[in-house]
Amino acid sequence: MFDWRWDFAYEILPRLLQATLNTLAAAGVGYGIAVVLGLVFALAQRTPSRIVTMVVRECVEFIRSTPLVLQIFFVFFVGPQFGIRLSPWVAGMIAIGLHYSAYLSEVYRGGLDSVPKGQWEACTALNLSTTKTYFRVIIPQALPPSLAGMGNYLVGIFKDTPMLSVIGVAELMQAANAIGGSNYRYLEPYTMVGIIFLAISLPAAGLIRVFEAWVRKKLGMN
Amino acid sequence: MEDMSQYPLELTGPDVPMVRFMNVTKSYGALTVLDSLDLDVSEGEMVTVIGPSGSGKTTVLRMLMTLETINGGVIYVDGKPLTHMEKNGVLVPAGPKYLRLARSSIGMCFQHFNLFPHMTALQNCMEGPMQVLGLPKAEARERSEELLSMVGMIDKKDQHPSRLSGGQQQRVAIARALAMRPKVMLFDEVTSALDPEVIGEVTGVIRNLVAEHNLTMLMVTHQMGFARDISDRVCFFYQGKIEEQGAPESLFGNPQRERTQQFLSAVKAAD
Repeated sequence: MFDWRWDFAYEILPRLLQATLNTLAAAGVGYGIAVVLGLVFALAQRTPSRIVTMVVRECVEFIRSTPLVLQIFFVFFVGPQFGIRLSPWVAGMIAIGLHYSAYLSEVYRGGLDSVPKGQWEACTALNLSTTKTYFRVIIPQALPPSLAGMGNYLVGIFKDTPMLSVIGVAELMQAANAIGGSNYRYLEPYTMVGIIFLAISLPAAGLIRVFEAWVRKKLGMN
Repeated sequence: MEDMSQYPLELTGPDVPMVRFMNVTKSYGALTVLDSLDLDVSEGEMVTVIGPSGSGKTTVLRMLMTLETINGGVIYVDGKPLTHMEKNGVLVPAGPKYLRLARSSIGMCFQHFNLFPHMTALQNCMEGPMQVLGLPKAEARERSEELLSMVGMIDKKDQHPSRLSGGQQQRVAIARALAMRPKVMLFDEVTSALDPEVIGEVTGVIRNLVAEHNLTMLMVTHQMGFARDISDRVCFFYQGKIEEQGAPESLFGNPQRERTQQFLSAVKAAD
């Protein structure tokens, strides 16, 4: 029953590793979008304008409350009806980036809230502008408490990239499906995909903890 | 609505005070923290505010630093309104832009220091001069190192606040505030969070400031001996009003009001 074929596994390995690079690129680009857009969402919820705060808050809630796969389909298939024709890659990056930016904005929100009130008052007393207060004083201090959450979502977005296969992004899952379909063998490709994900996720979590400690030390906050 | 036409757009004349609170009221909902406060501080004067907790003394400093808005009256600094700006010939509440300009002549030190933990002592001091005043790095560094020497912290200039004691942090905070060259310095219970044995190093720095610089200073403190030594004038606050004020010798030596007497004897008993 258990007939694992090593020759087949070796044969498909290069193709899977090639697709792994695409998966890493998708996770990296998507995460990059989420990191920046998440900060925009978090800061937009702190403006004096109640309307802006409320609209952004609702958008974040909406994104967090609907499935990622629906959002991917929506951007890719519904977009063209409004004349927005995107390649699978672009649509996928937008969808996954937007999805995770909603989560990251919550992480940032917690981090920003954890900065003591006295820091804001010191900035006022030194007459720093609002922008400089955020970028030079508040965000650097909000970063260390946010890093654990940011790390979780980095691993999360990496593990969610297989969802992009539904619109034909050539990442790891899609490659495994294609290999399985054309050879009528699924055991090796899927097992190998699982091992590849594990081999990247596990050390990543450890590296994130090391990075967190390093940032804290660098900022003199330990 | 308060009739704003009773407040001048600008203070003029020979004796314009550095700070003037004119009829200033502050309340949180139904609770009135300060009730029609009138208080002048002359240039170079050191005024100490004492009083029981909840008497509104810290609020006085926080309003002057624009950390709190006011509900009535006007505060003037150097003859110009701080809390208000002129619009069509009358004073209206100041906008954020005006506030930034108006408060640039004021510096403040806090009970809990509020140093930036991710910056070294020197970086803390250089931040304002570089980011707000636009000083070149070399000049900001020179100014900051000079001030850190003055407060006796030059040998710790590359340490982060987490590596410094409370007294050391507070001395850096004083240097940081002075680096902005304020005309008015506010000290809000700067020794209250310190261990008794390091209070002297902070009060020593303030003593030097009073002796050697012509800064206008407002201080809230519980150190009565210190207040008596260095103040030009002491104000005793009680329930949002100045109950009694005067030269330190007379206020501490011969208080007139019953509330003042009670407060001072209670403080003495606690010592």
